[in-house]
Parts: sequence; structure tokens; C-alpha cells
Amino acid sequence: MFDFLIDGFGVALTPLNLGLAFLGAVLGTLFGALPGIGPINGIAILMPLAYTLGLPAESALILLAGVYTGAEYGGRMSSILLNVPGDAGAVMTTLDGHPLAKKGLAGPALGLSAVSSFVGATIAIIGLTLFAPLLAEVAVMFGPAEFFALMIFAFASMSVMMGKDPIKTAIGAVLGVMIAMVGVDSGTGVLRYTFGMAELYDGIDFVVMIIGLFAISEILLMLEHANRNDANDEIPPLGRVMVSLKEVLYCKWTMLRCGLIGFIVGVLPGTGASVAGAVAYTTEKRISDKDGTFGTGDMRGLAAPEAANNASAAGSFVPMLTLGIPGSGTTAVLLGALMLYNITPGPMMFSERPEVAGGLIASLYIGNVVLLALNLPLAGLFAKVLTIPRWVLVPGIAILAFTGVYQLHSDLMAIYLMLIIGVFGYLLRKLGFSLAPVILGYVLGGLMEDNLRRALSISGGDVGILWQSGISLGLWIAAALLLVLPWLLPKLLFRKSLDGA
Amino acid sequence: MKFNSAFRQWSSLLVLSGALTAGTVQAQSDASECIAPAKPGGGYDLTCRLAANSLQETGLIDKPMMVSYMPGGIGAVAYNHVNGVRNDDPNLIVAASTGAAVNLALGKFGQYDADEVRWLGALGADYGAIVVKADAPWQNLEELMKDLETQPGKIVFGAGGTVGSQDWMKAALIAKAADISPRDLRYVAFEGGGESLAALLGDHIQVFTGDMSELRPHLESGKVRVLASLSEERLGGPYADIPTAAEQGYDVQWPIWRGYYMGPDVSDEAYQAWVDKLKTLSEKEKFAELREARGLFPMSRFGDDFDSYVKEQVAQFKQLAEEVGLTQ
Repeated sequence: MFDFLIDGFGVALTPLNLGLAFLGAVLGTLFGALPGIGPINGIAILMPLAYTLGLPAESALILLAGVYTGAEYGGRMSSILLNVPGDAGAVMTTLDGHPLAKKGLAGPALGLSAVSSFVGATIAIIGLTLFAPLLAEVAVMFGPAEFFALMIFAFASMSVMMGKDPIKTAIGAVLGVMIAMVGVDSGTGVLRYTFGMAELYDGIDFVVMIIGLFAISEILLMLEHANRNDANDEIPPLGRVMVSLKEVLYCKWTMLRCGLIGFIVGVLPGTGASVAGAVAYTTEKRISDKDGTFGTGDMRGLAAPEAANNASAAGSFVPMLTLGIPGSGTTAVLLGALMLYNITPGPMMFSERPEVAGGLIASLYIGNVVLLALNLPLAGLFAKVLTIPRWVLVPGIAILAFTGVYQLHSDLMAIYLMLIIGVFGYLLRKLGFSLAPVILGYVLGGLMEDNLRRALSISGGDVGILWQSGISLGLWIAAALLLVLPWLLPKLLFRKSLDGA
Repeated sequence: MKFNSAFRQWSSLLVLSGALTAGTVQAQSDASECIAPAKPGGGYDLTCRLAANSLQETGLIDKPMMVSYMPGGIGAVAYNHVNGVRNDDPNLIVAASTGAAVNLALGKFGQYDADEVRWLGALGADYGAIVVKADAPWQNLEELMKDLETQPGKIVFGAGGTVGSQDWMKAALIAKAADISPRDLRYVAFEGGGESLAALLGDHIQVFTGDMSELRPHLESGKVRVLASLSEERLGGPYADIPTAAEQGYDVQWPIWRGYYMGPDVSDEAYQAWVDKLKTLSEKEKFAELREARGLFPMSRFGDDFDSYVKEQVAQFKQLAEEVGLTQ
């Protein structure tokens, strides 16, 4: 049964392919770390190159898969160090990662996130190897109605993030949903909130949104503090650089749980690393955050989204390899690469081109080990970014933000939009809003609306479709429990203890 | 001023990565450029790459053609850019397709219409397909159409574009052929063909109006059945067994051409030079190979021939849009 995998390791361990896996891992880490270039662009840039170089199909795929997994590792760096997510999956990483860096624990934070990424990805790759065909059948059972229920569940689980200021969290999430409404209405093709500007037809782009909201507002905050000599301005001490075994073991259950969550979310077509990170973080906060330390630099709050986003990257290979359906935007591009090589993804691929299917899966195992080996020792070096004086750092981030957005759109309007969103983000932060609910509202709100509209066009307007299937019913109940239990449980327990007395 | 070592290491890394991102932005003034009016990886990217790679490999250009991305409004942003800013650049071509013609017809490209730009030519085409799940009750298009006539509300169509998009047009034309108003059709807009196919396999929709080339991986898997190809005649190779809609008595055709246009004020010489270049390219044997690798079928229309073809198509779509009440 696992012949293909043994053959695959044979393919992946040839010097050329090993070298390509390494190259892909390094390039992917770089692409992920640079704001604006995510895995999709990295692969789109390298794909024609691999093809022109005349690499055989399995080698090209190994290189590109290395870039994909590497980018999920790289995305966390700027999240932790600068509070600017490097790519979509790393948004939740800022919540606890950056506070850790501020405490002088940047090195251990980077190390821990590398370990969590490794654990999450490994769980997912094992899942991919063992259960891929079975999971693919379950994944297609998720239709628009089920996805809508899943988004309701995700919003309900977000309620744990309400924290001390529930109204601001709710307003933030609603603002995010409103931003997601801009653009062509997916159902009817009608333009909404575009003010006649063609640049807004496709809605507000994700990269423009996160770079504006996080990077530009961060730059503005830094500028504001530049002329003050308060304690905040001091460069945080660079403590030890290596993560300790104790810290890793402290997070072991977090990693395992969130790796599993990330894998499941990744397998579903249409949901990617950003949703995986959000669901994992909020679930973990609910399970582990007894002392309210999440959001202030809790190691588990960092491990959760990191394990999940890497797991979802590997999980999205399941529908691609078994059904030929991309599980994420990035695998959609990879699928295009396969087509270029005249390879048919799907169940046939394991029998017809076992060296490609096996080689790819084996290279995921190898690439992951390479990435861990690469990222652990380098944590200390990367952490030094914090010692860069502000007068160098601020222009540096600005250059990356501007070029990153411009190379994506070749259009000045995107730059203006990024700046407007940046100023908006700055104002929100000055008013004491957290940015995470805004970005979650934006991601989940868009998905939720699209799927609600789709479900209703299937049923012809009958809302009954939303809870017809077992899957969606289960999700509705889980969402309701999430909302009611935290309020109900203490009361029940209190009564019990009274009865006991 | 004293520089610390970390600053030196990091500033060099920052400059390097800045240069890396900036490098992809940097336009070379003398080399040619193709704008893909979308994000990397989609159909427009493929169209630009087809021109860039094959022109390079056949030696018709000496310097590599740069492919840049300008996403927005399924091509609207790039169309406005070429009309307003780079209107006379002799080295710039922009990828377009049937989808752009549909949006021009619907007035979604802003103040500009199809007469503005100089339509250059098409190098390949794809064709629409009517797809159902392998265990669906319909063995051919006629059976599907009969059921559709009696109970249009029971059969849900889906594809990767909004109402009014080229994906929807395929479903609308099929409905019209069955004497059903496209407005009564149940149509679900997904994000791309992959999601639509997943919904088809999961029984959430019954009919997927996709494109032939994206179905190639699924022909042998036995999970879907292609009821009709929306081409003039049967396609060759792995598609040879798929009957056309016309063969089955429904005159619906949907070619999706993949071509290029240039700015409105480009000189006649520059325009003619590009027309000749593409024409020469399309006759090379190597080109056929490269085209097929991208899942595209042959189509060669260049210069005035292509120009009038596009304008005629836009006029047709306009009429269709009025019939189904789509125009604003």
C-alpha cells in the first residue's frame, strides 16, 4: 500500500531533488517573510522558471512544494518581530508572537514557532499519507450551506476574543465584514461600494488589506514615538536565543490539537491558512487560557496558529492529489503547474505517475525537516532585526510595503488604498481597537456572505437548506454551545456546589 | 557614526530583499511587456506566458518578454490603464479573452468601449462544456434539456463566475435553447472552476458549465460526464468522444478566445509588426506544442480580422444582455 511512498523517497532523495527541496525551502522562507509576496506569487514566479530549465515534473513539483511549505514558515517572522504578518496565514501569529518579542523573547518565540510549524505540518503530512482518499470524499460533502454553518461556528468561537472590551471587538469585526462587502456581488454581478472605480471591482485585496492595516499603521505608530523619549522607545533586551525544551513541552498539546484543526480546515476546498489560524487560535484560547494570558505573549497562543497554518498548507494537498480540485489558492497554481507537465491529478496519479505523487509527499516530509533544521539555529540571527535602530527599520518596512503592493498590482491606486487603510488602522489602534477582529471579520465575513448567497441560490431562497444536512446541523449546535456554555456552565456548577453543601 | 554589526547584516538583507521585490517591478524600456490583467496563476497569466515563452523559444524576440500583473475588475483596471496612461506604448500588449468582451458589452469597463483599443489577435481558444456527475440521470444533452424544460427549479447550475460573467453566459445560452428565461435559471456563482467542480462532486449543484481544458484531468477519472462541448465541431485528442451541442440539436457555441490588444494610439507600423510576429508564430510547429501544453485549442485570427471579430462579439453580447435584462 505504501509502495508509492517508498518509491517517492527514492525519488526525493536523489541529490538534485534534495538540493531543489532545500532551495525551495530557503526561497519559500524568504517569500513568506517579505510582506506582499506570499506562496502564490512565489510559485507563480518560479513555475515558468522550473519549466524553462527543463526540470522533470517531479523535481519541479518538489521545488514548488518546498516554496509553499517554506512560505508558511517564513510568514511568521515579521509577525513576531515587527507585528506585520508576512502572509495570510500569519495574521493570528502577531497576537502573542509580537508581545513575546517585546518581552525580549524574540529568539525563543521564533524557535518555538519553527517547532510548532514542524509539528503541525508533520501531523498533516501523516494524515495526507494515510487518509487522503477517504478525506477527499468527506471534503466534497461540504457545500455552500455547510460552509456557511462553518463560518457561523468560526464567528461564535471568535467570541472568546471579546476580552475586556467586547463592544470594540464586535465593532472591529463588523468593520471587517463591511470592508469585505466592497466589489462585485458574487451572486448577481452588481457593483457594491465601488464608487465607479474599476480598481474596487474585485474588492479590497487581501495583501493591500493586511499590509495597510498592519504594516502602515505600525510605521505610523513608530513615527509617532520617534520624537518621544519614553521607555517604549528602548530596544527590548535580546535575551536568550534558543527555545528551551521545557517551553516546547509546555505547548505539546496545543501543537497536536491545532495541527489537527489546521489539517481539517486545510482539506476543505475554499478555506485556507488564514481561517485555519483563526479557528485554531480561538479554540486554543478557549481550552487553555485559564489565566487570561493569551494576547499578552503566551507561548501557547503562538504555537496554536503556527501549527495550524502549516498543517492547513499540507492539508490542502488532499483534494488536489485525490480529486484534482485545489484546496487553496496556492494549490490551484500548483495544479496549473501539473497540467503544464501533462499530468492528471486525481486518484489515477498514484497509479499512473507514482514517482510524482510519491515524490511530492516524500518531499513534504523532507522539506519539513530541512525547514526545521534551517529555522532553529537561525532564530537568534533573525531576532537581531529588533536591534536595528528605528531610523533604519521604519524606511525599510516602508520600502518593502510599497514595493510589495506595487509589484502585485502595477497600479498606484493600490498604493493609495493601502495608505488609506493604514491611516484607518492607525486610528483604530489609537482608539484601543485590536486589529485581529477586523481582519477576521474581513476574511470570514466575505466567505460567509458568498456561501450564504450560494446556498440560497441553490434552494431558490429557502433558508431551510442552511440546516438540512447533518454536518451543518452539528456545526450550528456546536456554535450555539460555544456561545451559551461559558455563560451557563459557571451557573450550573455553582448550583451543584450549593446542592452539595 | 558607529554602525553596529547587526545593523550592517540586516541593512544588507533589507536592501537585497527590497531589490528582489523591486526587480520584478522594474520595467525595461526597450524590451516588450505583456500585462496579465489578473493575479498570477490564472487564465490571463497563461495567455501572457503563452506569448512570452513561445515568442522567445521560436526566436521571434531576442529579449525576454516581461509579464506583469494588473488585477482588477476582470481586466477593467488594465483596460483603463492602457487607454489612459500607456496609450501609445509600442512594446506593450495586454492579454484579453471572451470574458473581457462580455464585460465590455455590459459596460463594466468604465467609460471605454470595445472601439477604443487596437485588437491584435488571438493565439488559442478554449471551449465551454456542459458537465454533470457520473451518476447523474442524464446520459446526453437532450435528456437534460427535457428535464430542464419541465422543472427548471430542480436543476441547479454552477460555475466560477458571477451572474453576467462568461461562465454564466454558457448556462444562460443553454437555458435559452430550452426556451427557459435565463432569469428563472438556478445559478450558483463559485470562486473558480475548482470550487464548482467540488460542488458538483458533492451533489450541491447538478450541472457545471466549465471550460474544456480544465476538465482534461477529470475525463479519465470517471467521476464526471461531459454531456456536450460548446464548440463548432468535435475537439480532437482525449475529447474526441464528446459530442457538440449542435450535434445534439441545440445550437449553442461558446469559444473562449485568448488574445491580446494594444493601446489606442499605437502607430500603424508598430501594430502591424506585432500582427506579423503573432501570425508567424502561429504557423510554427513548436508553437502548436506549447499551445497544447497549456490546454488550448487552435485559433488564429489576427489584425483587422480579429478586430472585427471582437467588435461583432461585443455587439452580440450586448443584445443578449438586453434580452435577459442584464444591462444597467
